[in-house]
Amino acid sequence: MEEIIKGKAYVLGENIDTDQIIPAKHLVYSLSDPEERKLYGQYALSGVPDTKAGLPQGNARFVEDGSDRAVYKIIVAGKNFGCGSSREHAPVCLNIAGVQAVVAPSYARIFYRNAVDGGFFVPFESLEDLSHTIRTGDEIEIRVKDERLTNLTTGKTHRLRPLGDVADILKAGDVFAYARKAGLIKAPTVSTGTSPESFQMSED
Amino acid sequence: MGMTITEKILARHSGRRTVGPGDNIWVDVDVLMTHDVCGPGTIEIFRKQFGEKARVWDAEKVVVIPDHYIFTADQYAHRNVDILRAFVKEQQLPYFYDVGTPKYKGVCHIALPEEGHTRPGEVLFGTDSHTCTAGAFGEFATGIGNTDAALILGIGKLWVKVPPTMRFVFEGPLPPYLMAKDLILNIIGDIGVDGGTYKAMEFAGDGVYSLSIEERMTLCNMVIEAGGKNGVIAADEKTAAFVRERTDKPFEVVTNDLDAKYESVRVYRSKEIEPVVAKPHSPDNRATVREVAGTKLDRAYIGSCTGGKLTDFRAAAKILRGRRVKVDTFIVPATNQVMQGLKVERLDGQTLEEVFLAAGARIAEGASCAACLGGPSDTFGRLNKSEACISTTNRNFPGRMGSKTASVYLASPYTVAASAVKGVITDPREFLA
Repeated sequence: MEEIIKGKAYVLGENIDTDQIIPAKHLVYSLSDPEERKLYGQYALSGVPDTKAGLPQGNARFVEDGSDRAVYKIIVAGKNFGCGSSREHAPVCLNIAGVQAVVAPSYARIFYRNAVDGGFFVPFESLEDLSHTIRTGDEIEIRVKDERLTNLTTGKTHRLRPLGDVADILKAGDVFAYARKAGLIKAPTVSTGTSPESFQMSED
Repeated sequence: MGMTITEKILARHSGRRTVGPGDNIWVDVDVLMTHDVCGPGTIEIFRKQFGEKARVWDAEKVVVIPDHYIFTADQYAHRNVDILRAFVKEQQLPYFYDVGTPKYKGVCHIALPEEGHTRPGEVLFGTDSHTCTAGAFGEFATGIGNTDAALILGIGKLWVKVPPTMRFVFEGPLPPYLMAKDLILNIIGDIGVDGGTYKAMEFAGDGVYSLSIEERMTLCNMVIEAGGKNGVIAADEKTAAFVRERTDKPFEVVTNDLDAKYESVRVYRSKEIEPVVAKPHSPDNRATVREVAGTKLDRAYIGSCTGGKLTDFRAAAKILRGRRVKVDTFIVPATNQVMQGLKVERLDGQTLEEVFLAAGARIAEGASCAACLGGPSDTFGRLNKSEACISTTNRNFPGRMGSKTASVYLASPYTVAASAVKGVITDPREFLA
């Protein structure tokens, strides 16, 4: 099995908290209404100060006005990504905007759990802070099995940490699938689609 | 091998004799709390995963407390409370503190203990990062997302990675100008906003045990600002008495084994600590109040789960009594019980409410999270432009209280009140000497 995530990078600094990922005034929209959900994509990362949005230059909008999808599939950030509140709207808004992976040296634990248990994207840990070497717009390729990230724009390759304990949950799809496998949920599997764009490891 | 309080509680709730840091275990949940921001999403996932007709695992263990977006004209916000109402009715949940009824409470983390839902030795999860506040009652309490909460609603269990414990000891009682807020801002300043990531942060020492229950809650409330998984203080007689007054449910106090292993131990001498602030835009951006004294402010804010308890308003009133504020000052009681306390508790003949009004402060129409997290644009006290605010709340990341161009200084109620009187950041010792 070879799992590859490929797309443009959007680069952010350290300690990007959940209020920057999705400001609190937007937390009122429904997560289940297909149209209302899109608002989360539209406002994803809208709380990041302009000068720090899309490093190194800054002033790069993550999602363009009038859209709910970003052209960036991979977020590269500094340490402690997702600190702050427990709002699942944070990983969900990135998922709705089309993010498939985040790469950071470390994460705040609730955000990390939410990303994994909801199966919204893969939170990779990098050995070093790549936000200084990767530039917003660079083409990135992540080979999951190899634990390797390649910057196709510059040709540089970087090691990623093993996914460890959470790999089983990510492979199962989300924590429900994982709990069913473990025999903890007796109820039959209900039709999928908790999140229409829930992350799936691509095979090729 | 000895276990810490956190390890022991998790072991007991996973049916194991012992657990150690790094173990992944499934734990049985005693209480699941949710509110108006994350409840609707949780309910939606629960129904999708367990079926439209599914029942929650144990109605007696679910607590629903709308508190975030209450006093607003935002129709989405009202719709979300309606979703909670419908679910509570369908599932016949006994613990629902509905808006607009005599049962309405206000901020969930203060409402939980007021209503006896926080008990030593238990496991509490909540869909809010400040659920860690309840660690002050000697229990394991932490915040989770909608997905995890939906899983708990269905099966009453959640997987947990056992955290190592960092121990913080305060020796000696606090000097009269210090509050728990100064202690925790000092710790966060020392270890950084990720210094406690994935870890249990335990507070001990006679300094901690000299604190009131509400002040202990302030300590545990802000462990999440250091990335902590949970904060915990072993229950003592004060804790047990507080809990027994509010619930008939039995509980068992859990203590550290004598040979418990800590990842680290830091010892502070309380009298050597100074009043501090966290400067914009991070809770670990610590400075002593003396270092930033004179910084110009546009407003002051006293409220939230961290700084909107009766103890916090008592402290603020001590300084505001007989004085006038120089900047717009917003008073937001965390719960209706605190709001009621302002009306009945007196300082030199005046009620606390009279003290605040005479000082020129504004009091919120009702208890809620209000502007601590910004909220809808019409939220009381929200920072809608590039203002500088000193606040008793817990976060000051960009945009936390509204505008991302605003600047927020976090401080104790003493320091906030002293600064409101002067219009610039002011050391409370000027008033408390």
